[in-house]
Amino acid sequence: MQEKVILNAEDFRRALTRIAHEVVERNKGGQEVVFVGLLTRGGPLAQRLARNIREFEGIEVPVGVLDIGLYRDDIPLGPPPQVRHTYIPGDITGKAVVLVDDVLYTGRSIRAAMDALMDYGRPRSIQLAVLVDRGHRELPVRPDYVGKNVPTSRDEEVIVRLTEVDGRDEVAIRKKETP
Amino acid sequence: MTWHHHHVLDLDDFSREEIEAVLETASAMKEVLTRPVPKVPTLRGKRVFSLFYEPSTRTRASFELAAKTLSAEVVGITAQVSSVVKGESLLDTIKTLEALGADAIVLRHPEAGAPYLAARYCRASIVNAGDGAHAHPTQALLDIFSLRQRLGDLEGLKVVIVGDILHSRVARSNIWGLKALGARVVLCGPPTLLPISFADAYAGVEVEWDLERALEGAGAVIALRLQWERQQDLIPSVEEYVAFYQLNAQRLSRARPGALVLHPGPVNEGVEIDPEVARGPQSLIDEQVTNGVAVRMALLYLLLGGAHE
Repeated sequence: MQEKVILNAEDFRRALTRIAHEVVERNKGGQEVVFVGLLTRGGPLAQRLARNIREFEGIEVPVGVLDIGLYRDDIPLGPPPQVRHTYIPGDITGKAVVLVDDVLYTGRSIRAAMDALMDYGRPRSIQLAVLVDRGHRELPVRPDYVGKNVPTSRDEEVIVRLTEVDGRDEVAIRKKETP
Repeated sequence: MTWHHHHVLDLDDFSREEIEAVLETASAMKEVLTRPVPKVPTLRGKRVFSLFYEPSTRTRASFELAAKTLSAEVVGITAQVSSVVKGESLLDTIKTLEALGADAIVLRHPEAGAPYLAARYCRASIVNAGDGAHAHPTQALLDIFSLRQRLGDLEGLKVVIVGDILHSRVARSNIWGLKALGARVVLCGPPTLLPISFADAYAGVEVEWDLERALEGAGAVIALRLQWERQQDLIPSVEEYVAFYQLNAQRLSRARPGALVLHPGPVNEGVEIDPEVARGPQSLIDEQVTNGVAVRMALLYLLLGGAHE
């Protein structure tokens, strides 16, 4: 299938820099912010946002990772997906937790992530940062920070590649392979 | 992930990859147990029955807690106070639980093979929580998980299992699991409780009747409970057993420094293990109990957490 690149490495870097600035601005300096990345690709994205903030604000934003497997409502057929390690840095009660994910689509992962977070404490607020918002929401979920809005159809898929996982930074779109 | 079991009956049909899948899942489940609210909605709407024809504290509590932590509905049945005393057979009981909507039945039974019989006539997943002297796969998995958390790779690790091997379902399941992960298994006990036939029954497993020799260079020791309910006349006296086979500090010093000590419980105080060793720094006995919940959560998740047509 033909892929179309919609964000290259440079666009990618700029989007994450802008989101990091917006997070600091919205949260009055970012002292109370905690990033929580949704596994798999939200993890490295959260790390990069924290690195950006360290560079231009000189503050250390804690970073966690969350596996939503145990909270999902849309389990694929077959054996259950591998559960991965969740790590939440310290007590999140009273903090501004920014969930970080690569692609926002139906909103179901975010619903699951919010349920999971509530089991760890009572954050002052939960915000959502995504690299790509591709639309087609099935739940009332709205992102606070968006790298790029990409109108898609349901028979397309958005592929996010990260240096940490895939060897390069890139977002592409292609027609879903019909089984 | 490699996983294709509908039942968990023993570890003899588990590949290394499947054991790894359980251990990896258990490690994530262990984190769930440390959360401020240790409960996840994963198995909402699933029904888990525990059906115990033999007494149990930790296995049963551990299974029920595991199922509840995953939000399953849990019903516990103790055979001594159920219709079993009115003569209801195992299969009738299983059928009844199935009619009540059981997705999984955790079964402990004094007869070896009972869970296999149940599995043949039942759509629900059967989890063997101990059948006679045959198998206790979840105990073996939690022993292995406890060792893995401390030691990492078990490849080449010398593990001594000492005590009443003859009657031990824990030993039998551990042999399969430890071998699958590449450990070197040495069985030890008096010849009446450890017939030489064990060396033939399990390829690559060593039999050693002298405990001090067995412990030479061992990285871990699993001490087993003397099962008085299954034998009375195979050892001359408790004193003699203690004199030759009790795991004490002096004997343990023959093993590798820091060698880990496990016991499936319940412990006969001062018989198979010296209380000082049981509560000492090398002992994993308390950790085994906590890890048991994580391992059983992992198994219930793997059995019931997927979607089926």
